[in-house]
Amino acid sequence: MERLTPVEQRAPGRWQIGTVAAIRQETPHVKTFRIELPMWVAHLPGQHYDVRLTAPDGYQAQRSYSVASSPLDEGSVELTIDRLADGEVSPYFHDVLVEGDQVEVRGPFASYFVWRGESPVLLLGGGSGIVPLMAILRHRRRTMPELPMRLVYSVRNADDVIYADELGDETLLTFTREAPGGWAGHTGRIDAALLDGTTDTSGVAFVCGSNGFVETASRLVLDAGYDPRSVRTERFGPT
Amino acid sequence: MNFVSRGFSRRRSVPEELRDRLPPGQYVERGFPVLTAGPTPRVDMAEWRFRIDGMVGQQREWSWEEFAGLPFEDVPCDIHCVTKWSKLGTSFRGVSVDTLLEGVEPQGGYAMAFAYGGYTTNLPLADLMGGRAWVVTEHEGEPLPSEHGGPARLLVPHLYFWKSAKWVAGLRVLDHDEPGFWEQNGYHNRGDPWKEERYWND
Repeated sequence: MERLTPVEQRAPGRWQIGTVAAIRQETPHVKTFRIELPMWVAHLPGQHYDVRLTAPDGYQAQRSYSVASSPLDEGSVELTIDRLADGEVSPYFHDVLVEGDQVEVRGPFASYFVWRGESPVLLLGGGSGIVPLMAILRHRRRTMPELPMRLVYSVRNADDVIYADELGDETLLTFTREAPGGWAGHTGRIDAALLDGTTDTSGVAFVCGSNGFVETASRLVLDAGYDPRSVRTERFGPT
Repeated sequence: MNFVSRGFSRRRSVPEELRDRLPPGQYVERGFPVLTAGPTPRVDMAEWRFRIDGMVGQQREWSWEEFAGLPFEDVPCDIHCVTKWSKLGTSFRGVSVDTLLEGVEPQGGYAMAFAYGGYTTNLPLADLMGGRAWVVTEHEGEPLPSEHGGPARLLVPHLYFWKSAKWVAGLRVLDHDEPGFWEQNGYHNRGDPWKEERYWND
């Protein structure tokens, strides 16, 4: 269990200057940035980091991004970032940052939407809401691969599937707008029929995505019989 | 402040007249994002109560109908979320906490706001008094949507918005300070956006 649940630090670290060690294009508008940190501490799967950009005139912009990597990756964190066209920080990450660049970060933050080894686990992700869930899935694969965990992942189309080559038997994928050619799996928005067989109300559920997705998905797991205290949610973006 | 992000410059411009209203590290959001740690609780209006208890000379409790009979006021305000967005020039309608505390005779200087669904957040009583805190049931002229804390939420606009407990069920007056839900989970005990009190060691 020591490997599963790192020593918990509830106060975040200080601002530090990390180095972009690798950039990976995940989908047409999503990239993952591996950032090496001089003052790395193990995060809990599900936690996030804050990023702060500073312009030459002193203007600053801050945003929070979920960690996608397992805390077993010592010395660095991976942040997977969706490029928002009207954003201020995500376009900088996508269009300006190159490997070797420095970026100011602080974390890890918020010890609520975190997995501490509870079992069984149901992960419900919509779009880029998959990111903190992937940290949980990756950490479970490396620590307790036999621990029961299911992922239900709702995306609009094939271009939106992040981490496609890592999704295994535990994952149930559904396409809400356009399924790829030859797709024999689920289509349409998440509903009770889709969740049938994935729920186990003795466990915990993590729900992450847009507000609409989270409202729908968390209502479904409550209807399936989960205790509201066992359902943790995280919402991205405006309503 | 010596670090400069290579190739970064401001992309979002804030109108000059609003610049003084935006605390450090915040950006202007025109929507109203929803942030909640758990699912939206189902609150039955027939069962709804708001109470003030704890270290008080006189405990008080209101049903929805009784609460609706209290003096309401419009609250134009700016709100600031610790996740960096601010919503400027919005408005709520509700009952001032000063009004709710009339006759309660608090015996302590702190309060824990508690909510349907189990959420808690702690505040010094001073931050809830003096016309700076309300229990609101309307947002911009409409009943407060449940995802934003309806039927009623606490509104303390001078602190980060996690202090404005959604689905508020009451205030417990304490003679000592105790951390609430997010305050136990790494967030600042007071949360003044103008001092950028986001996390424990800010």
